[in-house]
Amino acid sequence: MLSVSNLEKSFHLHQQNNAHIPVLSGAQFDVAAGECVALTGPSGCGKSSLMRMIYGNYRADSGSIRISGTDVVTATPREVMALRRGTIGYVSQFLRVLPRVPTLRVVAEPYILAGGNEAEAEEIARELLLRLRIPETLWQLSPLTFSGGEQQRVNIVRGFVHPYPVLLLDEPTASLDSANRDSVLDLIVEAKQRGAAVIGIFHDALVRDAVADREIDVSLFGGN
Amino acid sequence: MNQIMQTAETGPSTDSAKAAGGEAYNFAYLDEQTKRMIRRALLKALAIPGYQVPFASREMPMPYGWGTGGVQVTAACLLPDDCLKVIDQGADDTTNAVSIRRFFQRTAGVQTTEVTGEATLIQTRHRIPETELVAGQILVYQVPIPEPLRFLEPRETETRKMHALEEYGLMHVKLYEDISQHGHIATAYSYPVKVEGRYVMDPSPIPKFDNPKMHGSSAIQLFGAGREQRIYAIPPYTRVHSLDFDDYPFEPMRADQTCALCGAEDSYLDEVIMDDEGTRMFVCSDTDYCGGRLEAGHEGQQGDAT
Amino acid sequence: MTDILRVNGLSKSYGNQIGCADVCFDVYPGEVLGIVGESGSGKTTLLRCLAGHLEADGGSVEFVLRDGVRRDTLTMDEAERRQLGRTDWAFVHQNPRDGLRMAISAGGNIGERLMAIGDRHYGNIRATATSWLERVEIDPARIDDRPSTFSGGMQQRLQIARNLVTAPRLVFMDEPTGGLDVSVQARLLDLLRGLVAELGIAVIIVTHDLAVVRMLADRMMVMRRGKVVESGLADQVLDDPSHEYTQLLVSSALQV
Repeated sequence: MLSVSNLEKSFHLHQQNNAHIPVLSGAQFDVAAGECVALTGPSGCGKSSLMRMIYGNYRADSGSIRISGTDVVTATPREVMALRRGTIGYVSQFLRVLPRVPTLRVVAEPYILAGGNEAEAEEIARELLLRLRIPETLWQLSPLTFSGGEQQRVNIVRGFVHPYPVLLLDEPTASLDSANRDSVLDLIVEAKQRGAAVIGIFHDALVRDAVADREIDVSLFGGN
Repeated sequence: MNQIMQTAETGPSTDSAKAAGGEAYNFAYLDEQTKRMIRRALLKALAIPGYQVPFASREMPMPYGWGTGGVQVTAACLLPDDCLKVIDQGADDTTNAVSIRRFFQRTAGVQTTEVTGEATLIQTRHRIPETELVAGQILVYQVPIPEPLRFLEPRETETRKMHALEEYGLMHVKLYEDISQHGHIATAYSYPVKVEGRYVMDPSPIPKFDNPKMHGSSAIQLFGAGREQRIYAIPPYTRVHSLDFDDYPFEPMRADQTCALCGAEDSYLDEVIMDDEGTRMFVCSDTDYCGGRLEAGHEGQQGDAT
Repeated sequence: MTDILRVNGLSKSYGNQIGCADVCFDVYPGEVLGIVGESGSGKTTLLRCLAGHLEADGGSVEFVLRDGVRRDTLTMDEAERRQLGRTDWAFVHQNPRDGLRMAISAGGNIGERLMAIGDRHYGNIRATATSWLERVEIDPARIDDRPSTFSGGMQQRLQIARNLVTAPRLVFMDEPTGGLDVSVQARLLDLLRGLVAELGIAVIIVTHDLAVVRMLADRMMVMRRGKVVESGLADQVLDDPSHEYTQLLVSSALQV
C-alpha cells in the first residue's frame, strides 16, 4: 500500500546561521493494506517529520514515498492534493480549522471533499461524533472553543469520516480519557479491518500494543 | 439635411448679413469659420446617431444655461430664408424664448413665427411641439448635460469607454433604483433612450411624454450643449427606444386632466397654481398648439380661471 | 481536468523599477492560488496585470473561454477583455469602496453585472439579488439600503456577491480581508471557502496574511522584488519553507 525507500531529509535554516539540520537518511519500509505500523524512537528523532513527509506537508530531499502509484516526493502539488482528498487521511496533533465554522461542518468536510454527498457526510459525521462522545449541544459551535481533548476528538473524527486507504495518526490518544481512548482504538481496528494501511505515533505503550502489528524505530534512520 | 450640406460647403453670402440690419455682426452672429466647425460636428453627429461629438463651443452673449449650445447650433444651421420658432418649455412667449428669437432677428434678420407648421427651424428648451414635425424641419434642443451616464459614473474617460464598448448596464441600474424606491420608473424627464440600437443618449430634459415623438420623426433633431461642448443628433426616421425593463415597460406620462383652455386630451399639460388657496389649473404646455385649438373652436372647462 | 489560466513569462516594470518579472504559473478550476509577499514585492502589480487593469510589458496570460478556446488576454482588444471582466472574471478589491457603487442600493450593486450582460427583467434581477444577499449572510430586508450604511464586513460581503452573481470562472482578490476586524475576517474566509468549493471557481488571492493563505489556498507563490522565489502546496511552503526569504516571512509571522 505504502512504500518508503531511501528517504532523506534535512532542514537548511537560512535565518539561523545557515544551520543545516539532518533529520532522516536512508529511511526504508513498507506498510501493507490492513496493517498498522507504529513509529517509535525518542522525541526529536523525526517521527512527526516522517509522517508529514508522507502526507506531503514536508518535502523530502531524495528517495521516494509511493502511495497507490504516486511518488509523493516528486509529485506535483495537484497530485498531492488529489492523494489527500481521497487516499491519505491525517490526524495531526493540533486541530487547524477556520474559526466560527460549526463542528458538524468541520468534520463532514473531508467526506465532501472526497466526493461524497452532503447528507451522507453529515450522517457519518453525527455517528462518529456520538461515538467519541462530543455532546450534540456542541455540534453547531466552532471546535476552536472546545477543550483540548474535545478538539483532539474532533480532529480524529475528521480523519475517520472518509474511509481513507492510508491513515496517518500523530498521537491520536494523547489527551483522551480511557473511554474515549478505547473508542479511538476501535476506530483504528475497524480501519485496519476494512484494509487501511495505518501509520501511527503512539507514546502510550498500551495503545501501541493494542493496535500496532509492528514497530519501526525511526531513530535508526537518524540523520547521518 | 440638404440645408446643412450646402452651407457646410459654401455658407450664405455675407450680403444677406449686411442686409440684416446692417450691424457689425456676421450673419447669425457667429463667424463663418466657427459655423463651418459646428456644421462639421453636426454632420458627424448625424452620421453617428446618438454619439456625442465634441466641438469648440464659443462664448455667446448670454450666460451658460440659457441655451448657448442650442443657439450655436441654430446659428450654424440658419439660412436667410429660414423661418425660426423658439420655445421654452413649450411656450413662445417666455423670456428665454423671446430673447433668443430677438437675437436672431437682429443678427440674421430671419423671419420668425410661433406656428410650429410654419417654422423651418425650431429651437427648443425642454419640449417637443405637439404638432407633428415634417420633413424639412429642424428641431434644435438646448442641452444642459449631454452625458446620460454622468450621475452614475463621474469619470469622462470611463463614460466614453462605456459608450465605445456599448457597456450600458449602468443605465439600467438607474432605472432599477427608480423602481426599487418608487415602485415604478420615476424618472420623468431626461429619460434615457437608445438611438438606432447603438448609443444611449440623454434627450435633454424633455418630459418622457415627448420621448415617443423622437422615434421615427421626419424632422432632423439636433442637440447642442454649450457649456459641455458636445453636439449630437438624431437623423430623420431613426429608431429611438426609451430604455425599460421587460416587466416595467416604458410609459409616457401626462397629468390625468384635460387642458382647461382648449380641452385637449392628448397634449402635455402644465400645472398652474392660481392662488394662495392652492387652486390649480392644467393647461397645454405648448402655447401654439393650445392657441391653434382655441382658434379652431375647441373649448375647455375653463372654470373661473379667467 | 485542465488549466483555466496559464501565465507565462509575465513581466512589468516601471522605468528601472521591476514590478514583476518572468512570472509563470497555471490555475485549475476550483483551485485557490495564494500570492504572498511584503508590500512592494510586486504581488498587486502581478494581479492587476493578470486582470488587465495594468498593461504588462511582456509574457502571456492564456485564459480558457467557456467554449474551450484558449486566448491570450494580453493581446485581446479592450472590448473583449472588458466583456470578460463582466462575465467570466471578477475582481474583489481590498477596499470595498473601490469595488462597490456607494450611492446605489445593495440590490442595484448586485444587479449591475446582470444588467450589464443583458438581463432586462426587474423581477428576476431582484430575486437573484435577494438570494445572493442571503448567500453572503446579509439580511435581504436591506436590499434597498446603500452600502454606505453597511459595516465594513457587510460591504466586503456585498462586494463578493456583486462579483459572483454572474458565476465567474476566475476571481481575482486583492487582500479581501485586509481592512476587516479579525472577528469579521474568519466569517468572510469561511464564506469564500464555501462559495469557491460550491461553485468550482478558480481564485487568485493576493495577501500578506499567511493565515489567510493557510485557510484558503491550495497552492501558493511567494514573491520578492517582483520575482517568484518559491511556490508549491500552501501548507508545504508554510510548514517547510526552503527559500531564505520564505523562511524569514514564515518565522516573522506572529503566532496566536
